[in-house]
Amino acid sequence: MMELDIIKDDEMDLLLEDVSTIYGYDFTQYSKASLKRRLNRICLIDKLASFAELRYQVVNDPSYLQRFVEEITVNVTEMFRDPYFYKKLREDILPKLGTYPFIRIWVAGCSTGEEAYSIAVLLQEINLYHKSLIYATDINPTVIEKASKGIFPLSKMKQYSENYIHAGGTQDFSSYYVAMYDIAKFHESLSKRILFSTHNLVSDSSFNEFQLILCRNVLIYFDKDLQNKVFRLFDNSLQNLCYLALGDKETLRFSSLESRYRQVKDQKIWQKLN
Amino acid sequence: MATDILLIGGSAGSITVLLQVLPAIDTDISFPIVIVLHRKSYPKSELDHLLEISTALPVQEVDDKMELENGKIYLVPADYHLLFEDERSIALDVSEKVNYSRPSIDVTFLSAASIFGDRTVALLLSGGNKDGVEGLVSIVEHQGRVLIQDPVTAEVDYMPQQAMEALPTATILRPEHMADAINQLKHYK
Repeated sequence: MMELDIIKDDEMDLLLEDVSTIYGYDFTQYSKASLKRRLNRICLIDKLASFAELRYQVVNDPSYLQRFVEEITVNVTEMFRDPYFYKKLREDILPKLGTYPFIRIWVAGCSTGEEAYSIAVLLQEINLYHKSLIYATDINPTVIEKASKGIFPLSKMKQYSENYIHAGGTQDFSSYYVAMYDIAKFHESLSKRILFSTHNLVSDSSFNEFQLILCRNVLIYFDKDLQNKVFRLFDNSLQNLCYLALGDKETLRFSSLESRYRQVKDQKIWQKLN
Repeated sequence: MATDILLIGGSAGSITVLLQVLPAIDTDISFPIVIVLHRKSYPKSELDHLLEISTALPVQEVDDKMELENGKIYLVPADYHLLFEDERSIALDVSEKVNYSRPSIDVTFLSAASIFGDRTVALLLSGGNKDGVEGLVSIVEHQGRVLIQDPVTAEVDYMPQQAMEALPTATILRPEHMADAINQLKHYK
Protein backbone atom coordinates (compact mmCIF):
# COMPACT_ATOMS: atom_id res chain seq x y z
CA MET A 1 0.00 0.00 0.00
CA MET A 2 1.09 3.56 -0.75
CA GLU A 3 2.35 5.47 2.25
CA LEU A 4 0.78 8.89 2.57
CA ASP A 5 1.72 11.90 4.59
CA ILE A 6 -1.59 13.69 5.14
CA ILE A 7 -1.44 14.31 8.88
CA LYS A 8 1.02 16.72 10.50
CA ASP A 9 2.24 16.33 14.08
CA ASP A 10 0.32 19.30 15.50
CA GLU A 11 -2.85 18.22 13.70
CA MET A 12 -2.50 14.76 15.21
CA ASP A 13 -2.28 16.25 18.71
CA LEU A 14 -5.41 18.27 18.02
CA LEU A 15 -7.38 15.24 16.85
CA LEU A 16 -6.26 13.12 19.81
CA GLU A 17 -7.36 15.85 22.22
CA ASP A 18 -10.79 15.87 20.53
CA VAL A 19 -11.15 12.11 20.76
CA SER A 20 -10.13 12.16 24.41
CA THR A 21 -12.48 15.02 25.35
CA ILE A 22 -15.51 13.86 23.38
CA TYR A 23 -15.29 10.09 23.68
CA GLY A 24 -12.95 9.40 26.60
CA TYR A 25 -10.47 7.36 24.55
CA ASP A 26 -7.05 8.74 25.41
CA PHE A 27 -4.43 8.08 22.71
CA THR A 28 -2.28 11.10 23.59
CA GLN A 29 0.45 8.93 25.12
CA TYR A 30 0.63 6.48 22.24
CA SER A 31 3.88 6.37 20.27
CA LYS A 32 3.64 9.16 17.69
CA ALA A 33 5.48 7.42 14.86
CA SER A 34 3.11 4.45 14.77
CA LEU A 35 -0.02 6.46 15.36
CA LYS A 36 0.75 8.82 12.52
CA ARG A 37 1.04 5.91 10.13
CA ARG A 38 -2.31 4.56 11.33
CA LEU A 39 -4.01 7.92 10.87
CA ASN A 40 -2.62 8.27 7.36
CA ARG A 41 -3.74 4.74 6.68
CA ILE A 42 -7.33 5.34 7.79
CA CYS A 43 -7.47 8.46 5.56
CA LEU A 44 -6.34 6.34 2.65
CA ILE A 45 -8.77 3.46 3.29
CA ASP A 46 -11.77 5.67 4.02
CA LYS A 47 -10.91 8.08 1.20
CA LEU A 48 -10.52 11.13 3.40
CA ALA A 49 -8.44 13.62 1.47
CA SER A 50 -7.37 15.87 4.31
CA PHE A 51 -6.92 16.13 8.03
CA ALA A 52 -9.96 18.41 8.17
CA GLU A 53 -12.16 15.70 6.65
CA LEU A 54 -10.92 13.09 9.10
CA ARG A 55 -11.46 15.41 12.03
CA TYR A 56 -14.95 16.35 10.86
CA GLN A 57 -15.89 12.69 10.53
CA VAL A 58 -14.54 11.73 13.95
CA VAL A 59 -15.99 14.71 15.82
CA ASN A 60 -19.43 14.74 14.17
CA ASP A 61 -20.19 11.08 13.66
CA PRO A 62 -20.15 9.08 16.92
CA SER A 63 -20.88 5.89 14.95
CA TYR A 64 -17.53 6.32 13.20
CA LEU A 65 -15.63 6.17 16.49
CA GLN A 66 -15.64 2.40 16.75
CA ARG A 67 -14.14 2.11 13.30
CA PHE A 68 -11.60 4.80 14.15
CA VAL A 69 -10.47 2.91 17.26
CA GLU A 70 -10.38 -0.35 15.32
CA GLU A 71 -8.20 1.09 12.57
CA ILE A 72 -5.72 3.10 14.59
CA THR A 73 -4.98 0.24 16.97
CA VAL A 74 -2.93 -2.53 15.41
CA ASN A 75 -4.72 -5.87 15.28
CA VAL A 76 -2.11 -8.05 13.68
CA THR A 77 -1.64 -11.21 15.74
CA GLU A 78 -1.22 -14.94 15.25
CA MET A 79 -1.48 -18.22 17.11
CA PHE A 80 1.70 -19.34 18.86
CA ARG A 81 3.61 -16.29 17.62
CA ASP A 82 7.22 -16.83 18.84
CA PRO A 83 6.99 -20.61 19.30
CA TYR A 84 9.92 -20.68 21.80
CA PHE A 85 7.90 -18.50 24.12
CA TYR A 86 4.94 -20.89 24.07
CA LYS A 87 7.27 -23.83 24.53
CA LYS A 88 8.60 -22.20 27.70
CA LEU A 89 5.02 -21.65 28.93
CA ARG A 90 4.13 -25.27 28.21
CA GLU A 91 7.20 -26.85 29.76
CA ASP A 92 8.02 -24.56 32.64
CA ILE A 93 5.74 -21.65 33.56
CA LEU A 94 2.27 -23.24 33.33
CA PRO A 95 3.27 -26.46 35.14
CA LYS A 96 4.60 -24.29 38.00
CA LEU A 97 1.28 -22.44 38.12
CA GLY A 98 -0.39 -25.85 38.18
CA THR A 99 0.47 -26.07 41.88
CA TYR A 100 -2.05 -23.29 42.57
CA PRO A 101 -5.65 -24.35 43.32
CA PHE A 102 -6.90 -22.05 40.58
CA ILE A 103 -5.07 -20.26 37.72
CA ARG A 104 -6.15 -16.83 36.56
CA ILE A 105 -4.55 -15.59 33.35
CA TRP A 106 -4.96 -12.15 31.82
CA VAL A 107 -4.28 -11.67 28.11
CA ALA A 108 -4.13 -7.85 27.96
CA GLY A 109 -4.59 -6.41 24.46
CA CYS A 110 -5.85 -9.74 23.10
CA SER A 111 -7.01 -8.32 19.75
CA THR A 112 -8.87 -11.01 17.79
CA GLY A 113 -8.06 -13.68 20.37
CA GLU A 114 -5.36 -15.83 18.76
CA GLU A 115 -3.13 -15.73 21.86
CA ALA A 116 -5.98 -16.57 24.24
CA TYR A 117 -6.88 -19.63 22.15
CA SER A 118 -3.20 -20.65 22.00
CA ILE A 119 -3.01 -20.57 25.82
CA ALA A 120 -6.25 -22.55 26.04
CA VAL A 121 -4.72 -25.24 23.79
CA LEU A 122 -1.63 -25.46 26.01
CA LEU A 123 -3.69 -25.65 29.21
CA GLN A 124 -5.88 -28.39 27.77
CA GLU A 125 -2.89 -30.44 26.70
CA ILE A 126 -1.23 -30.28 30.12
CA ASN A 127 -4.54 -30.94 31.89
CA LEU A 128 -4.82 -27.62 33.69
CA TYR A 129 -7.64 -26.06 31.72
CA HIS A 130 -10.40 -27.26 34.05
CA LYS A 131 -9.01 -25.13 36.88
CA SER A 132 -7.99 -22.11 34.80
CA LEU A 133 -9.77 -18.96 33.73
CA ILE A 134 -8.45 -16.75 30.92
CA TYR A 135 -9.48 -13.10 30.91
CA ALA A 136 -8.92 -11.76 27.40
CA THR A 137 -9.33 -7.99 27.11
CA ASP A 138 -8.90 -5.31 24.49
CA ILE A 139 -9.72 -1.62 24.13
CA ASN A 140 -11.63 -2.36 20.95
CA PRO A 141 -15.17 -3.88 21.19
CA THR A 142 -15.15 -5.01 17.54
CA VAL A 143 -12.17 -7.33 17.95
CA ILE A 144 -13.55 -8.66 21.25
CA GLU A 145 -16.71 -9.70 19.48
CA LYS A 146 -14.68 -11.37 16.74
CA ALA A 147 -12.47 -13.11 19.31
CA SER A 148 -15.43 -14.58 21.17
CA LYS A 149 -16.59 -16.36 18.00
CA GLY A 150 -13.38 -18.37 17.68
CA ILE A 151 -13.41 -18.15 13.91
CA PHE A 152 -10.16 -17.60 12.04
CA PRO A 153 -9.17 -17.70 8.36
CA LEU A 154 -8.49 -21.25 7.19
CA SER A 155 -5.60 -19.89 5.13
CA LYS A 156 -3.68 -19.17 8.35
CA MET A 157 -3.94 -22.72 9.71
CA LYS A 158 -0.87 -24.06 7.94
CA GLN A 159 1.35 -21.47 9.60
CA TYR A 160 -0.39 -21.80 12.99
CA SER A 161 0.03 -25.54 12.81
CA GLU A 162 3.78 -25.12 12.16
CA ASN A 163 4.04 -22.64 15.05
CA TYR A 164 2.15 -25.09 17.27
CA ILE A 165 4.56 -27.91 16.44
CA HIS A 166 7.61 -25.67 17.05
CA ALA A 167 6.03 -24.77 20.40
CA GLY A 168 6.11 -28.43 21.41
CA GLY A 169 2.64 -29.43 20.24
CA THR A 170 2.23 -33.09 19.37
CA GLN A 171 -1.45 -33.37 18.44
CA ASP A 172 -2.90 -32.91 15.00
CA PHE A 173 -3.60 -29.16 15.13
CA SER A 174 -6.62 -29.56 12.85
CA SER A 175 -8.33 -31.55 15.60
CA TYR A 176 -8.94 -28.24 17.41
CA TYR A 177 -11.20 -26.76 14.78
CA VAL A 178 -13.77 -27.53 12.14
CA ALA A 179 -12.98 -26.29 8.64
CA MET A 180 -15.89 -24.76 6.74
CA TYR A 181 -15.31 -23.09 3.38
CA ASP A 182 -12.53 -20.60 4.05
CA ILE A 183 -12.84 -20.47 7.83
CA ALA A 184 -11.67 -22.52 10.79
CA LYS A 185 -14.10 -22.61 13.71
CA PHE A 186 -12.39 -23.58 16.96
CA HIS A 187 -14.21 -25.96 19.31
CA GLU A 188 -16.24 -24.38 22.06
CA SER A 189 -14.44 -26.54 24.62
CA LEU A 190 -11.49 -24.18 24.03
CA SER A 191 -13.36 -20.94 24.64
CA LYS A 192 -15.58 -22.06 27.51
CA ARG A 193 -13.08 -20.83 30.11
CA ILE A 194 -12.12 -17.63 28.29
CA LEU A 195 -13.87 -14.42 29.35
CA PHE A 196 -13.70 -11.81 26.61
CA SER A 197 -14.29 -8.23 27.61
CA THR A 198 -13.27 -4.67 26.81
CA HIS A 199 -10.66 -3.03 29.01
CA ASN A 200 -8.64 0.11 28.32
CA LEU A 201 -5.09 -0.16 29.68
CA VAL A 202 -4.82 3.64 29.63
CA SER A 203 -7.84 4.45 31.77
CA ASP A 204 -9.26 1.31 33.41
CA SER A 205 -7.98 -0.08 36.68
CA SER A 206 -7.00 -3.48 37.99
CA PHE A 207 -9.94 -5.90 38.13
CA ASN A 208 -8.52 -9.09 39.61
CA GLU A 209 -5.39 -10.81 40.86
CA PHE A 210 -3.62 -13.03 38.34
CA GLN A 211 -0.97 -15.73 38.28
CA LEU A 212 0.06 -14.89 34.72
CA ILE A 213 -0.35 -11.71 32.69
CA LEU A 214 0.47 -11.69 28.99
CA CYS A 215 0.78 -8.37 27.22
CA ARG A 216 2.77 -8.95 24.09
CA ASN A 217 3.44 -6.35 21.40
CA VAL A 218 0.99 -3.89 22.93
CA LEU A 219 3.34 -1.68 24.94
CA ILE A 220 5.43 -0.92 21.83
CA TYR A 221 2.61 1.45 20.84
CA PHE A 222 2.88 3.44 24.09
CA ASP A 223 5.38 6.10 25.09
CA LYS A 224 7.65 5.43 28.08
CA ASP A 225 5.48 7.24 30.64
CA LEU A 226 2.41 5.30 29.62
CA GLN A 227 4.41 2.07 29.60
CA ASN A 228 5.39 2.72 33.21
CA LYS A 229 1.80 3.44 34.16
CA VAL A 230 0.67 0.16 32.61
CA PHE A 231 3.50 -1.71 34.34
CA ARG A 232 2.16 -0.41 37.66
CA LEU A 233 -1.32 -1.61 36.70
CA PHE A 234 0.10 -5.08 35.98
CA ASP A 235 2.08 -5.01 39.22
CA ASN A 236 -1.13 -4.27 41.13
CA SER A 237 -2.82 -7.18 39.34
CA LEU A 238 -0.15 -9.82 39.81
CA GLN A 239 0.20 -12.16 42.76
CA ASN A 240 3.69 -12.47 44.29
CA LEU A 241 5.93 -15.09 42.64
CA CYS A 242 3.73 -15.03 39.55
CA TYR A 243 4.59 -14.01 35.99
CA LEU A 244 4.38 -11.15 33.51
CA ALA A 245 5.12 -11.96 29.84
CA LEU A 246 5.97 -9.26 27.30
CA GLY A 247 6.67 -9.26 23.56
CA ASP A 248 9.96 -10.41 22.14
CA LYS A 249 11.35 -6.85 21.87
CA GLU A 250 9.77 -5.34 24.96
CA THR A 251 11.40 -5.07 28.36
CA LEU A 252 10.78 -4.29 32.01
CA ARG A 253 14.34 -2.96 32.15
CA PHE A 254 14.43 0.85 32.61
CA SER A 255 11.09 0.71 34.44
CA SER A 256 10.68 1.47 38.12
CA LEU A 257 9.52 -2.10 38.74
CA GLU A 258 12.67 -3.78 37.54
CA SER A 259 14.22 -4.28 40.97
CA ARG A 260 11.21 -6.23 42.23
CA TYR A 261 11.14 -8.70 39.36
CA ARG A 262 13.44 -11.46 38.20
CA GLN A 263 13.72 -12.17 34.48
CA VAL A 264 13.34 -15.80 33.41
CA LYS A 265 16.53 -16.80 31.57
CA ASP A 266 16.47 -16.09 27.83
CA GLN A 267 12.79 -15.14 27.93
CA LYS A 268 10.72 -11.97 28.00
CA ILE A 269 9.02 -13.31 31.11
CA TRP A 270 9.43 -11.70 34.55
CA GLN A 271 8.63 -13.23 37.91
CA LYS A 272 7.39 -10.93 40.65
CA LEU A 273 9.46 -11.33 43.80
CA ASN A 274 8.09 -11.64 47.32
CA MET B 1 25.32 18.23 4.49
CA ALA B 2 26.13 16.41 7.74
CA THR B 3 24.83 12.89 8.14
CA ASP B 4 22.63 12.04 11.13
CA ILE B 5 21.70 8.52 10.14
CA LEU B 6 22.75 5.88 7.64
CA LEU B 7 20.14 3.32 6.62
CA ILE B 8 20.99 0.13 4.77
CA GLY B 9 18.22 -1.95 3.21
CA GLY B 10 18.47 -5.26 1.44
CA SER B 11 16.86 -8.56 0.67
CA ALA B 12 18.01 -11.68 -1.19
CA GLY B 13 21.76 -11.51 -1.83
CA SER B 14 22.46 -8.62 0.52
CA ILE B 15 24.15 -10.40 3.42
CA THR B 16 27.30 -11.25 1.46
CA VAL B 17 27.58 -7.57 0.52
CA LEU B 18 27.22 -6.50 4.15
CA LEU B 19 29.89 -8.96 5.22
CA GLN B 20 32.20 -7.34 2.70
CA VAL B 21 31.31 -3.72 3.50
CA LEU B 22 30.92 -3.62 7.30
CA PRO B 23 34.51 -4.69 8.16
CA ALA B 24 35.88 -1.71 6.21
CA ILE B 25 33.74 0.93 7.92
CA ASP B 26 35.75 3.24 10.23
CA THR B 27 34.97 2.96 13.93
CA ASP B 28 34.81 6.75 14.34
CA ILE B 29 31.77 7.34 12.14
CA SER B 30 29.64 10.16 13.52
CA PHE B 31 26.20 8.62 13.05
CA PRO B 32 24.28 5.40 13.81
CA ILE B 33 23.71 2.77 11.12
CA VAL B 34 20.32 1.04 10.92
CA ILE B 35 20.11 -2.13 8.84
CA VAL B 36 16.77 -3.43 7.54
CA LEU B 37 16.89 -6.89 5.97
CA HIS B 38 14.11 -9.19 4.86
CA ARG B 39 14.44 -12.38 6.83
CA LYS B 40 12.44 -15.18 8.35
CA SER B 41 11.14 -14.84 11.90
CA TYR B 42 11.55 -18.52 12.66
CA PRO B 43 13.87 -20.23 13.32
CA LYS B 44 15.65 -17.43 15.16
CA SER B 45 18.55 -16.34 13.00
CA GLU B 46 22.11 -15.75 14.05
CA LEU B 47 22.33 -12.74 11.75
CA ASP B 48 23.19 -10.25 14.48
CA HIS B 49 26.01 -12.52 15.61
CA LEU B 50 27.21 -12.98 12.03
CA LEU B 51 27.32 -9.22 11.48
CA GLU B 52 28.84 -8.63 14.89
CA ILE B 53 31.91 -10.75 14.23
CA SER B 54 32.41 -9.04 10.86
CA THR B 55 33.00 -5.55 12.27
CA ALA B 56 34.69 -3.70 15.11
CA LEU B 57 31.58 -1.52 15.50
CA PRO B 58 29.09 -2.64 18.14
CA VAL B 59 26.11 -4.45 16.57
CA GLN B 60 22.78 -5.06 18.26
CA GLU B 61 19.28 -6.08 17.35
CA VAL B 62 17.02 -3.24 18.48
CA ASP B 63 14.57 -3.35 21.37
CA ASP B 64 11.53 -1.13 21.63
CA LYS B 65 12.23 2.57 22.43
CA MET B 66 15.97 2.01 22.27
CA GLU B 67 18.10 5.18 22.10
CA LEU B 68 20.40 5.35 19.10
CA GLU B 69 24.09 6.14 19.58
CA ASN B 70 26.61 7.29 17.01
CA GLY B 71 29.09 4.70 15.81
CA LYS B 72 26.80 1.75 16.50
CA ILE B 73 25.02 -0.62 14.15
CA TYR B 74 21.37 -1.48 14.79
CA LEU B 75 19.65 -4.43 13.18
CA VAL B 76 15.87 -4.36 12.74
CA PRO B 77 14.37 -7.54 14.26
CA ALA B 78 12.48 -10.05 12.10
CA ASP B 79 8.70 -9.56 12.08
CA TYR B 80 8.72 -5.93 13.26
CA HIS B 81 8.69 -2.64 11.37
CA LEU B 82 11.09 -0.01 12.68
CA LEU B 83 10.01 3.64 12.89
CA PHE B 84 11.79 6.68 14.29
CA GLU B 85 10.00 8.33 17.20
CA ASP B 86 12.38 11.30 17.15
CA GLU B 87 16.04 11.83 16.25
CA ARG B 88 17.31 9.61 19.05
CA SER B 89 14.73 6.94 19.67
CA ILE B 90 13.03 4.26 17.65
CA ALA B 91 9.64 2.58 17.94
CA LEU B 92 8.76 -0.92 16.81
CA ASP B 93 5.47 -1.84 15.19
CA VAL B 94 3.91 -5.18 14.21
CA SER B 95 1.28 -3.74 11.87
CA GLU B 96 0.42 -5.22 8.47
CA LYS B 97 3.22 -6.24 6.12
CA VAL B 98 4.21 -3.69 3.49
CA ASN B 99 5.42 -5.01 0.13
CA TYR B 100 4.81 -8.50 1.60
CA SER B 101 7.53 -7.69 4.11
CA ARG B 102 7.92 -7.08 7.84
CA PRO B 103 10.30 -5.46 8.42
CA SER B 104 9.65 -3.32 5.38
CA ILE B 105 12.53 -1.21 4.08
CA ASP B 106 10.07 1.42 2.81
CA VAL B 107 8.52 1.86 6.26
CA THR B 108 11.89 2.62 7.89
CA PHE B 109 13.17 4.77 5.01
CA LEU B 110 9.97 6.87 4.88
CA SER B 111 10.01 7.36 8.64
CA ALA B 112 13.68 8.40 8.54
CA ALA B 113 13.03 10.88 5.73
CA SER B 114 10.32 12.58 7.77
CA ILE B 115 12.43 12.75 10.94
CA PHE B 116 16.00 13.35 9.67
CA GLY B 117 15.18 15.10 6.35
CA ASP B 118 18.28 16.14 4.40
CA ARG B 119 20.59 14.54 6.96
CA THR B 120 19.44 11.05 5.93
CA VAL B 121 21.64 8.75 3.85
CA ALA B 122 20.33 5.41 2.57
CA LEU B 123 21.97 2.51 0.77
CA LEU B 124 19.84 -0.08 -1.02
CA LEU B 125 21.36 -3.47 -1.80
CA SER B 126 20.54 -6.63 -3.70
CA GLY B 127 16.99 -7.98 -3.53
CA GLY B 128 14.07 -9.51 -5.34
CA ASN B 129 11.21 -7.08 -4.75
CA LYS B 130 10.74 -3.33 -4.89
CA ASP B 131 10.57 -2.69 -1.15
CA GLY B 132 12.78 0.33 -0.40
CA VAL B 133 12.31 2.15 -3.69
CA GLU B 134 9.45 4.38 -2.49
CA GLY B 135 11.47 5.15 0.64
CA LEU B 136 14.50 6.18 -1.41
CA VAL B 137 12.33 8.50 -3.50
CA SER B 138 11.03 10.13 -0.33
CA ILE B 139 14.57 10.57 1.03
CA VAL B 140 15.58 12.33 -2.22
CA GLU B 141 12.48 14.53 -1.95
CA HIS B 142 13.68 15.52 1.52
CA GLN B 143 17.12 16.34 -0.01
CA GLY B 144 18.75 13.34 1.65
CA ARG B 145 21.37 11.21 -0.12
CA VAL B 146 20.79 7.87 -1.81
CA LEU B 147 23.28 5.14 -2.71
CA ILE B 148 22.32 2.08 -4.75
CA GLN B 149 24.23 -1.14 -5.28
CA ASP B 150 25.25 -1.47 -8.92
CA PRO B 151 22.69 -4.02 -10.20
CA VAL B 152 25.42 -5.68 -12.28
CA THR B 153 27.12 -6.71 -9.02
CA ALA B 154 23.90 -7.79 -7.27
CA GLU B 155 23.08 -11.45 -6.74
CA VAL B 156 19.43 -10.48 -7.30
CA ASP B 157 19.26 -7.27 -9.32
CA TYR B 158 15.52 -6.45 -9.27
CA MET B 159 15.56 -4.21 -6.19
CA PRO B 160 18.56 -2.01 -7.14
CA GLN B 161 17.39 -1.97 -10.77
CA GLN B 162 13.96 -0.63 -9.75
CA ALA B 163 15.64 1.96 -7.54
CA MET B 164 17.90 3.08 -10.36
CA GLU B 165 14.97 3.48 -12.72
CA ALA B 166 13.04 5.52 -10.14
CA LEU B 167 16.09 7.65 -9.32
CA PRO B 168 18.27 7.89 -12.45
CA THR B 169 20.66 10.42 -10.88
CA ALA B 170 21.37 8.43 -7.69
CA THR B 171 24.91 7.29 -6.86
CA ILE B 172 25.53 3.73 -8.06
CA LEU B 173 28.20 1.79 -6.18
CA ARG B 174 29.95 -1.55 -6.48
CA PRO B 175 30.35 -3.33 -3.12
CA GLU B 176 34.10 -2.66 -3.04
CA HIS B 177 33.48 1.09 -3.10
CA MET B 178 30.68 1.22 -0.53
CA ALA B 179 32.79 1.40 2.65
CA ASP B 180 34.77 4.33 1.23
CA ALA B 181 31.61 6.20 0.38
CA ILE B 182 30.29 5.58 3.92
CA ASN B 183 33.55 6.62 5.57
CA GLN B 184 33.50 9.85 3.54
CA LEU B 185 30.13 10.82 5.06
CA LYS B 186 31.72 11.88 8.32
CA HIS B 187 33.70 14.62 6.51
CA TYR B 188 30.58 16.41 5.28
CA LYS B 189 29.53 19.22 7.56
